[in-house]
Amino acid sequence: MWRGLFPLTLLFGLILSLSSVVWAQGGDLDAGKKVFKKCQGCHQLGEGAEHRIGPHLNALFGRKAAGAAEFKYSKSFKRAGAGGLVWHADTLDTFLENPRAMTSGTRMSFAGIKKAEDRANLIAYLREFSDNPADIPEADPTARGTDHDLDPAILALQGDPEYGAYLSGECTTCHQAAGGDAGIPSIVLWPEDDFVVAMHAYKNQKRIHPVMQMIAGRLGDEEIAALAAYFAVLEE
Amino acid sequence: MTLNRRSFIGASVAAAAALSAPMVKAMGKPRVVVVGGGAGGATAARYIAKDSKGAVDVTLIEPTRKYYTCFFSNLYLGGFKDIEDIGHTYGALAAGGVNVVHDWAVGVDRNAKTVSLAGGAVLPYDNLILSPGIDFVEGAVEGWDVSAQNAMPHAYKAGSQSELLKAQLMAMPEGGVFAMVAPPNPFRCPPGPYERVSMVAHFLKENNPTAKIIVADPKSKFSKMGLFQEGWANHYEGMVDWIGEDFGGGNVSVDPSAMTVTIDGEVTKVDVCNVIPAMKAGRIAELAGVTDGNWAPVNAADMSTKADADIYVLGDASQQGDMPKSGFSANSQAKVCANAVRGALTGSKVFPAKFANTCWSLIAPNDGVKVGATYEATAEKIAKVDGFISQTGETSDVRKATYMESEGWYSGITNDMMG
Ligand SMILES: Cc1cc2nc3c(=O)[nH]c(=O)nc-3n(C[C@H](O)[C@H](O)[C@H](O)COP(=O)(O)OP(=O)(O)OC[C@H]3O[C@@H](n4cnc5c(N)ncnc54)[C@H](O)[C@@H]3O)c2cc1C
Repeated sequence: MWRGLFPLTLLFGLILSLSSVVWAQGGDLDAGKKVFKKCQGCHQLGEGAEHRIGPHLNALFGRKAAGAAEFKYSKSFKRAGAGGLVWHADTLDTFLENPRAMTSGTRMSFAGIKKAEDRANLIAYLREFSDNPADIPEADPTARGTDHDLDPAILALQGDPEYGAYLSGECTTCHQAAGGDAGIPSIVLWPEDDFVVAMHAYKNQKRIHPVMQMIAGRLGDEEIAALAAYFAVLEE
Repeated sequence: MTLNRRSFIGASVAAAAALSAPMVKAMGKPRVVVVGGGAGGATAARYIAKDSKGAVDVTLIEPTRKYYTCFFSNLYLGGFKDIEDIGHTYGALAAGGVNVVHDWAVGVDRNAKTVSLAGGAVLPYDNLILSPGIDFVEGAVEGWDVSAQNAMPHAYKAGSQSELLKAQLMAMPEGGVFAMVAPPNPFRCPPGPYERVSMVAHFLKENNPTAKIIVADPKSKFSKMGLFQEGWANHYEGMVDWIGEDFGGGNVSVDPSAMTVTIDGEVTKVDVCNVIPAMKAGRIAELAGVTDGNWAPVNAADMSTKADADIYVLGDASQQGDMPKSGFSANSQAKVCANAVRGALTGSKVFPAKFANTCWSLIAPNDGVKVGATYEATAEKIAKVDGFISQTGETSDVRKATYMESEGWYSGITNDMMG
């Protein structure tokens, strides 16, 4: 499964040998589905799944890292893919335990899943959505991270990226323009809709974070759209 | 081209517009000189260079080759950071198109529109941005002046002063006394002295648990007071003695050779004395003639000074209204200013001013708190719009997340300043 000759594989190999015991035992699908709730804010899975803040996770097994078409990955993810990292139970297990240990520059704002059992269950659940085994059960992507009751007119606004560039100064004091994230999540290359939905959720006090509620609270609809347009295409 | 009456009349609307628009310079690129490569100055230089894509000549004057951030310098005292974690060089700014000159600005000729440097160079400018931070008011603490800063460090400009204070802290005898003389308002980083007390207390708790901290304060209350006092009681019980104005904390003198502090007539022998005197704008602002009293009054819309429309003052040195003197504020003001300066010099679009600030403080390991607000420009000042503060009694999860956030913020702002 490790076909790449890139020296990174050596490192990954080391990490893997430590953690490979657990996944081999298989996992509980129902429990895995519950664990997947942690992922749902950014990743879709199952029928009709699309890329959102993160790529969709259908047919994940056997996919090269950074291998989903039309998703904008971080540089470090692309490097890992080019270096031969392919998603299988063992590599996923390592990645999910501490995403940044494996791909230090990933934009995935997620600390990792510490319990080996939770990871094994999640991986078993994810496996159901890959071609093999072929009998993929009906998907049930109900509670999406993008569930919202936002006025479609707000979502339809076309933001002015130049204005967004100026306004972004207020964001980049904390959120790194290069997409790095530790303690404060990355906000670059999000689909515009997700960005707009999240900012309005802060503005309407549905998402709880005092700094973000304060910043979003005084941004108008046009301004949020402008920021979304700007960050959606900001390259590292 | 010289304009005579005929050619002037013959010239079209464009020329007439040109005469009234500041963007038009007869020849050459417009020149911006920035004095001070800290939170305000580095950000302004970087944003003007980056966003004008070479259309504006940006020169940054900064004497030090490495900028040690005051923010997180208390965490260095507490043992959470190494000194090199808070040092940042100017290489990336230079690579980003900023002409970085390591020298002191020693004079400003507002008629000739030039800045003179200690090394002898004289630099012309179209717009001048001053972000020199603070200097200390002479005679503010009886018995202390800058020549005493080795015996009694301020550590309110980071770098060697921070290292000195740390060394003195580490050398304290068992059960010794650490004294702080806190500054009167307004001063750089309102929670700064109290975060420092927390970090010193943390260090002592680990290394010298019978030691004591006394704070002589000319104020009767301070930033995040409830949060700090709760934290001191929880983590450092009995260690911190804060003497506010009501108990004579403002009536202080020091004797650096005897290492004594006299608070309201009572003389105490101490082992370390951290004197943080009253502050004023960095001296170059005064030399440029843009100060009124201790600070430089500015217009809220673009940070231009009231005294001279071509000179801007950012950060701690400015007197702008409601924003606290913080690195976050200086960075926020710098971006508003950069947008306005670029607009004035190149005709690029100028967007309305928006400002924000959040100050995180660390009280103990994984016990972080924060206070923040948003601001807008009014005709009189930068005025507060909305704000929040951490609550007493928050869960340890919330406090830990707040601390993690401050780490994220530190990476964010230092990247935003230095590239
Ligand atoms: C202990 C402490 C903790 C702090 N913690 C925080 C915090 O957690 N968060 C926060 O937001 N803020 C914090 N601050 C405040 C923050 O450091 C300042 O508000 C911020 O640095 C102000 O930016 P500035 O650009 O005005 O000045 P500075 O950042 O001080 O930069 C001024 C620069 O100008 C240079 N300079 C001065 N005179 C000249 C001259 N004549 N010619 C050329 N260069 C010159 C200096 O060398 C210096 O590099 C803290 C401060 C202290 C002391």
